[in-house]
Amino acid sequence: MKNRSWMTAFVIVTMLAVVALTGCGSNEGGNGNNSGGANGGANGGEPSETSSALDAIKSRGKLVVGVKYDTKLFGLKDPASGKVEGFDVDIAKALAKQILGDETKLELKEVTSKTRIPMLNNNDIDMIVATMTITEERRKEVDFSDVYFKAGQSLLVKKGSPIASIDDIKKGTKVLAVKGSTSVDNIKAKAPDATVLEFDNYQDAFSALKAGQGDTLTTDNAILYGMEAQDPGYVVVGEPFTDEPYGIAIKKGSTDLLNSVNEGLKKLHDSGDYDKIYEQWIGKAPSGE
Amino acid sequence: MPDISIWTDYFGIYMKGFGNTVAASVIALLGSFAIGTIIAVFRISSVKPLRWAGTAYVEFIRNIPLLLVIFVFYYGLPSIGITLSGFICGTIGLMVYTASFVAEAIRAGIMSVPAGQTEAARASGLSYTGTMRHVVLPQAIKIVIPPLSNQFINLVKNSSILGVFAGFDLMYYGDQVAGKTYATFDTYLFVALLYLVLTLPLSYAALRLERRLAGNG
Repeated sequence: MKNRSWMTAFVIVTMLAVVALTGCGSNEGGNGNNSGGANGGANGGEPSETSSALDAIKSRGKLVVGVKYDTKLFGLKDPASGKVEGFDVDIAKALAKQILGDETKLELKEVTSKTRIPMLNNNDIDMIVATMTITEERRKEVDFSDVYFKAGQSLLVKKGSPIASIDDIKKGTKVLAVKGSTSVDNIKAKAPDATVLEFDNYQDAFSALKAGQGDTLTTDNAILYGMEAQDPGYVVVGEPFTDEPYGIAIKKGSTDLLNSVNEGLKKLHDSGDYDKIYEQWIGKAPSGE
Repeated sequence: MPDISIWTDYFGIYMKGFGNTVAASVIALLGSFAIGTIIAVFRISSVKPLRWAGTAYVEFIRNIPLLLVIFVFYYGLPSIGITLSGFICGTIGLMVYTASFVAEAIRAGIMSVPAGQTEAARASGLSYTGTMRHVVLPQAIKIVIPPLSNQFINLVKNSSILGVFAGFDLMYYGDQVAGKTYATFDTYLFVALLYLVLTLPLSYAALRLERRLAGNG
């Protein structure tokens, strides 16, 4: 018994060190009060039913956008500086500029795949720019802008893994994914024999892959490239097996806001700024735009 | 008015999770009771190293968040070659964690019996085991039941943490349904009701037991 206690103590100390080294996956705790503002966010009293959503944002003088804080390349909070950076964040800045004429009039709130639609419908945020795939099912819940990023689902494996493509996923292969994301439905359709393990966020899923709790991690290739960049011991394999257009989600019926967002996206493409943002984060020029 | 179809359409999925939550809770409950009792005995032992070991266990484990205790098992153990599933890691973590609280509850119960009674029992010729069995434990158990039942109710609720480690419990499937249907409130309302199905009888049983033991006083 004494031995067991010491073993436990030893394992805990080791683990604390591991947690410290891997940067600790628990940045969920902040729950998105990044901008520090006790300013009531998007639900600042304007009843969006009567006045338009766009007018509400303009009179508030601030655009509140839900982005991810745990997704490299798209929306990642730097624990040192506290800044949230990525492709989605830059798109959100551009939209703040389009709508309010100033890219600093932007408040970011943390969302996850699980929380983003409830938060939007609760008026906690004005829009979602968070690696969100446009699907018919989601269209019933929210309105989507034009496609702002073309992604496709792929597989991330440890270097040297026998899995080279979706065809190598056999019965009993453990596939890691994130709760509430389309990737779960896709992998279950393409590889029905696989055991799918779902996690709360990408960090937990990637940690699980690193710990050997699964054989492969599946989600949009854009996110997987971010993980590959973070740890070269892991590679994206095979061709993308789905077509996943990312859209900006807006509360249903806010037509004027939607038009303004689409206009902003178009301007971004026309000015060439979109390509710049794309290259800065993804590392190569957008294909087939 | 909650949308009942969210409950009926996915009933099978909830039940899968419910079954696993029951299994994890029962295993962790029995295990934590056994480990907790042993640790409590260690803590009041007259052998110093045993006492130290017991104290170290309690102070280490109960002062670390449950989430991190399971973290150790799920993400840490694979680095030394032991890979266990989320369900197993979650259940073991829950067991180990709750045991530290159980140990304290049991120790407090035993300590609450005045030392004079032990001395008197020993002086009148009873052995240590006999003293424990006939004098100390019958009184201690009455004091221990309420805090112990608290811990076990907490354990059932804490088992929802398995959902974070792909443990296929009620919360895991609840997250799945909520993610699929976007009916967040209705889904978790049903999940909450299912947890009540487990915890309320536990509360009631504890109360009954407490009354019965009090009657036998």
